[in-house]
Amino acid sequence: MFGDDINTDYIIAGKYKFKTLDMDELARHVMEDLDPGFHARLKPGDFIVAGKNFGCGSSREQAPLALIHAKVGAVIAASFARLFYRNAVNTGLPVVECDTSGILDGDELEVDLCRGTVLNLTRGITVNTSPLPRFMQRIFEDGGLAAHIRKHGGFHLGL
Amino acid sequence: MGKTIAEKILSSHSGIDARAGDIVLADVDFVMGQDGTSPLAIKAFRDMGGERVFDPAKVAMVIDHGAPSPNEGTANLHKLMRDFAREQGIILYDVGEGVCHQLVPERGHVVPGDLVIGADSHTCTYGGLGAFSTGVGSTDLAAALITGKTWLKVPESMKIVCRGRLPAGTYSKDLALYLAGRLTASGATYMSCEFCGEAVGHLGVDARFTLCNMAVEMGAKAGIIAPSGEVLAWVRGRSKKKFHPVFADENARYADAREFDVSRLVPQVARPHKVDQVCDAQDLSGVEIHQAFIGTCTNGRLEDLRVAAAILEGKTVHRSVRLVVAPASKQVLMGALREGVLKILLEAGATVLVPGCGPCVGTHAGVPADGEVVISTANRNFKGRMGNSSAEIYLASPATVAASAITGKITDPRRFLG
Repeated sequence: MFGDDINTDYIIAGKYKFKTLDMDELARHVMEDLDPGFHARLKPGDFIVAGKNFGCGSSREQAPLALIHAKVGAVIAASFARLFYRNAVNTGLPVVECDTSGILDGDELEVDLCRGTVLNLTRGITVNTSPLPRFMQRIFEDGGLAAHIRKHGGFHLGL
Repeated sequence: MGKTIAEKILSSHSGIDARAGDIVLADVDFVMGQDGTSPLAIKAFRDMGGERVFDPAKVAMVIDHGAPSPNEGTANLHKLMRDFAREQGIILYDVGEGVCHQLVPERGHVVPGDLVIGADSHTCTYGGLGAFSTGVGSTDLAAALITGKTWLKVPESMKIVCRGRLPAGTYSKDLALYLAGRLTASGATYMSCEFCGEAVGHLGVDARFTLCNMAVEMGAKAGIIAPSGEVLAWVRGRSKKKFHPVFADENARYADAREFDVSRLVPQVARPHKVDQVCDAQDLSGVEIHQAFIGTCTNGRLEDLRVAAAILEGKTVHRSVRLVVAPASKQVLMGALREGVLKILLEAGATVLVPGCGPCVGTHAGVPADGEVVISTANRNFKGRMGNSSAEIYLASPATVAASAITGKITDPRRFLG
């Protein structure tokens, strides 16, 4: 659980990202400056839950990539900064925008991307999520923007 | 109904009558990547099956964030960029040329009315020339390298009217920090901020870049200022590109309009670790500092160095402070050399770095020690930003940073100005 305005420097610090394209290496340092024990506690498929404006700051795509390589299942936040949201969809990290105020650390959650719901099994509450726009869903379903461009030979967004 | 600057530029580049909320696939006039984002973009370019970039003259890669390379990992990523640039015939600005956001306008790659994307969040800087420019990630950059296009949601626009004239001792950085404090770090999320009003109209070119640079710190997608005569002349002196300045219609629709009287503004400082935690410099006057940094895509331009030199002339940097200066480009450095600004800075005790990003993002050249306090002209003071999560970073104008370097404490610069 994190608060508002979690920036991409916190997700992966600049001192690491300029050195390497090895995302498994970067994954070991996610959230380090904010919570040094975070990566050690993280279990595969865990969700990150946060408040407003998650991923603000730099355009670094290493932020969603490092979270994917750290095996984060999805980021659930009250809102996202546009660059992070776009980069997450482009790289295949599930991002879910919904009211996160009723979620407490350790709650068991089930995210249904198709239905657009987050089910809080611990509290028996279902929250509706803001769905991805249809054309972004296409990119996500193709496996990210690189796969989308490779598949269609350019943008094929159905605008 | 009329249109905002963002709606006009995105309409002309997508060929549809675009309004806020529409999704457009738009032609880009220029694309840029830096050394933290280009390597991943090159990888994505290959993954996409890319062979040639859409137009080598419209693509630049800039080695600025960790330049010259501080370690072998960075050195190898720089080599990847150089090899790609040679293979594709694109523009490469190598070590020592400067910060990407100074080079793109300074070398005439962007003109008013352009649509530019860059794999760096501060790409919004070029709004200072009346362009629509915004940051994207590496994969979006790769897609643009191949197709010459990007998808964009036409943003709602926020009109930010700054009434009055900025008083002596305050600068566009103080204005930007003040607005970030008032609007908050998410106050303009997804929006295009159109800055206007008397205070903005009187800003010079460098000062316009500073203000638009900080738009992303309020969550904005773009920050734009309608170009002045001075801006148009500045661009004509640098670019052979034809251009048509774009202005908002009188009856354009804004999602929000905010007015601020800035005629009594005083020097502003953002406290650790958030850009929107802003207060008056004089309220922090007891805070001791260990490093003072003047530079970056926000405030490393010639006008900024001139302001710092005017305060530092004949003075000495406090013995417990390191003053680090990174000119935003080689042209800026040469200008500072020619005008005697560099001599003043050096004689006062400054360490002058290679033109580029300097210690802004914690890669090299000025990482603070545990518990140290830095006052910087950069745009971000996040915990760990400069490479040490137990250091504290305050953000201020070049004048405030220069004044603080002399006294060793955060200092309102007006006491050094006649």
